[in-house]
Amino acid sequence: MKGSTLPFDGTPEQEQALRQKLSELKEKSGALMPAMQFAQGLYGYLPYEVQQIIAEELGVTLSEVYGVATFYSQFSLYPKGKYQVGICLGTACYVNGSQDIYDKLQSLLGIKSGECTADKLFSLDATRCVGCCGMAPVMTINEDVYGRIKPDDVEAILNKYRERG
Amino acid sequence: MDFKRLNQIKKDTYKKVGNRYTRAKLKGMEFDRQVLVCGSTGCASESSQVIRKRLEELVAEKGLQRIHVGQTGCFGLCAAGPVVVVYPDGTFYSHVKPTDVEEIVQSHLIENKEVERLLYIDADGKSKPFNEIESYCRQLRHALRNCGVIDPENIDEYIARDGYFALYKALKMTPDEIVSEVTNSGLRGRGGAGFLTGRKWMFTQKAHGEKKYVCCNADEGDPGAFMDRSVLEGDPHCVVEAMAIAAYAVGADQGYVYVRAEYPIAVQRLQKAINQAREYGLLGNNIFGTDFCFDLEIRLGAGAFVCGEETALMTSIEGHRGEPRPRPPFPAEKGLFGKPTLLNNVETYANIAQIILNGADKYAAIGTEKSKGTKVFALGGKICNTGLVEIPMGTTLKEIIYDIGGGIPNGKQFKAAQTGGPSGGCIPASLQDIPIDYESLSSIGSMMGSGGLIVLDEDNCMVDIAKFYLQFTVDESCGKCTPCRIGTRRLYEMLCKVTEGTATMEDLDKMEELCHYIKDNSLCGLGQSAPNPVLSTLKYFREEYVAHVKEHRCPAGVCKSLLKYVIDPDKCKGCTLCARNCPANAISGTVKEPHVIDTSKCVKCGVCASKCRFEAIKKV
Repeated sequence: MKGSTLPFDGTPEQEQALRQKLSELKEKSGALMPAMQFAQGLYGYLPYEVQQIIAEELGVTLSEVYGVATFYSQFSLYPKGKYQVGICLGTACYVNGSQDIYDKLQSLLGIKSGECTADKLFSLDATRCVGCCGMAPVMTINEDVYGRIKPDDVEAILNKYRERG
Repeated sequence: MDFKRLNQIKKDTYKKVGNRYTRAKLKGMEFDRQVLVCGSTGCASESSQVIRKRLEELVAEKGLQRIHVGQTGCFGLCAAGPVVVVYPDGTFYSHVKPTDVEEIVQSHLIENKEVERLLYIDADGKSKPFNEIESYCRQLRHALRNCGVIDPENIDEYIARDGYFALYKALKMTPDEIVSEVTNSGLRGRGGAGFLTGRKWMFTQKAHGEKKYVCCNADEGDPGAFMDRSVLEGDPHCVVEAMAIAAYAVGADQGYVYVRAEYPIAVQRLQKAINQAREYGLLGNNIFGTDFCFDLEIRLGAGAFVCGEETALMTSIEGHRGEPRPRPPFPAEKGLFGKPTLLNNVETYANIAQIILNGADKYAAIGTEKSKGTKVFALGGKICNTGLVEIPMGTTLKEIIYDIGGGIPNGKQFKAAQTGGPSGGCIPASLQDIPIDYESLSSIGSMMGSGGLIVLDEDNCMVDIAKFYLQFTVDESCGKCTPCRIGTRRLYEMLCKVTEGTATMEDLDKMEELCHYIKDNSLCGLGQSAPNPVLSTLKYFREEYVAHVKEHRCPAGVCKSLLKYVIDPDKCKGCTLCARNCPANAISGTVKEPHVIDTSKCVKCGVCASKCRFEAIKKV
């Protein structure tokens, strides 16, 4: 099973909260996805250790949990950066040049989509349409939305977050 | 909840909101003015929430008691966002910033002078009330009737617009009467395939089984489509009410709404709507004092396009990998958890209450012979008025693009419109007079789709667009069946060869053959429709493919492998700006002499062309 190379650093409090939620969800039909969504909200990603707890509590096999985790793009087996950079490659953004922004981001950060920088500051995701096509091309950093940007704007925007640390 | 109370809420709330719908002088209104701020994703991402809070603060601070500040769903003109509308005059402010709020309050609300610099300017150069602007007049708002009018988080405002009266009426009808009403309206599935909604309801109703489900497909995954999101954000109760009506008609007591997790505002408002409906007894046991019991639950998607396919969606709700299963058996017989299930799309449900309230005939009077009613489109791409529009079926593409969409920006030429996302096709400019309805679109190799409409101009390469959609399908293919999993990948590789200039004319024929093979042999709608973007561009823009193959040229100047940047020696002044900015040191030349680009070193980044002040650098 492939997974994060970074060591798992979950706390006992997190585990307790997870097991509590799982025992509530257990009775529901089709509980696996809501359970995994809760766990990812708690830990930020779904490491092997967390998948094991889910499998145990819900009485399903680990392979089934892993199968679901790798099927859906929103479940991540890797940790995310402090600042999660998303670049929309939806149609409206794409025809307005978002591929050039994406290329620029990859070269500036030295990572590809789905990866996280070594200092854990930035992670990069090429996303589907985020729904504000009126502002194409659109880049998001955590909750901040940057619309109608050009490749030349990218470095200055990233630096703003670098300064914040 | 009983009818008397419902009516009372309607009457009481009307006093608060009545002067939003009309400019006529109404008596007994609680507010003189209504300041409404769009709270949908597009405007919210440009701080419309901050604008609303600031408005509320200032209105309270200045003691303006006869002025109401509220939020609404999408007004439709996302390109003008953030949008603020002041009723009853309908004053339309566009591109409002938080710093503009003080001026709006002081000048407009206190001194009765509109803030001219913020007024939206229509195509004819004049500022007008919101409901009189050109792009709005041409629309017919049916599914979106409450979007931009009511506060989506307030059930009373929905009731004031006849909300839940359709449910009350439906519960007095027999299930058969409801099904035939929906059938007679001619309403067809708005998710894309266009199956007759009433017939789907009938199949589920007739299916045997103690337990049945109704589901709502809100897994809107087509890139560039945001109709369902806007309905859920602007009028979530209309979906709740319609699902309750559907449940009564088919004999279900439990419903699920499957929503993309990427739509946080929609999810939050829908949850609020469900909670409010439960409090009012409009969901739960013995609704309106009848035997009918129904409750709703939201299930979140997790980012898989294939889950928009009905069988995959149900597999996902069950908690598995969202892989489709073969049909038959159809969901109406054996759907969610193996029980008979009715599944409709958000926009389909958004039409139901109106059909029940006003009758099938009134609905069927709108549209064309076989496509009844209206359709919501999300306009995007190279178009002036990006946003949400609702038009009667049969409106031509030309009307949508020019009269409603305001045409193509920067004086460029309209080249094609893409409908139906990765499952649809491109409609060339030469067919712009085609009426938009199910039959016309499929006859030219495109499809209605869920309603994404992406406009392309002369700067877009059609091979590149086809490649873009294929890459999307390759990423999103669930991998269950071979024609889709491997076929789309091979097709994508062939398209790459075309854009790199290494394909032969034989490859084009092979591509076409592979397209038909994938269409005929894939398990679900995703695979069956995946080749459409390639087939439709091959059909209408074959000459562009041929130019790539034979002349190694990309006519739109998009495909990088086929591009060359050259400096026009007559225009170059030898200012050295390009040479100094070239990241690859590919430009040489002496000061005040024409420069030259070494094509073997050039990485085609285009920096030189963007820096040149004399337009001397061209893509050829």
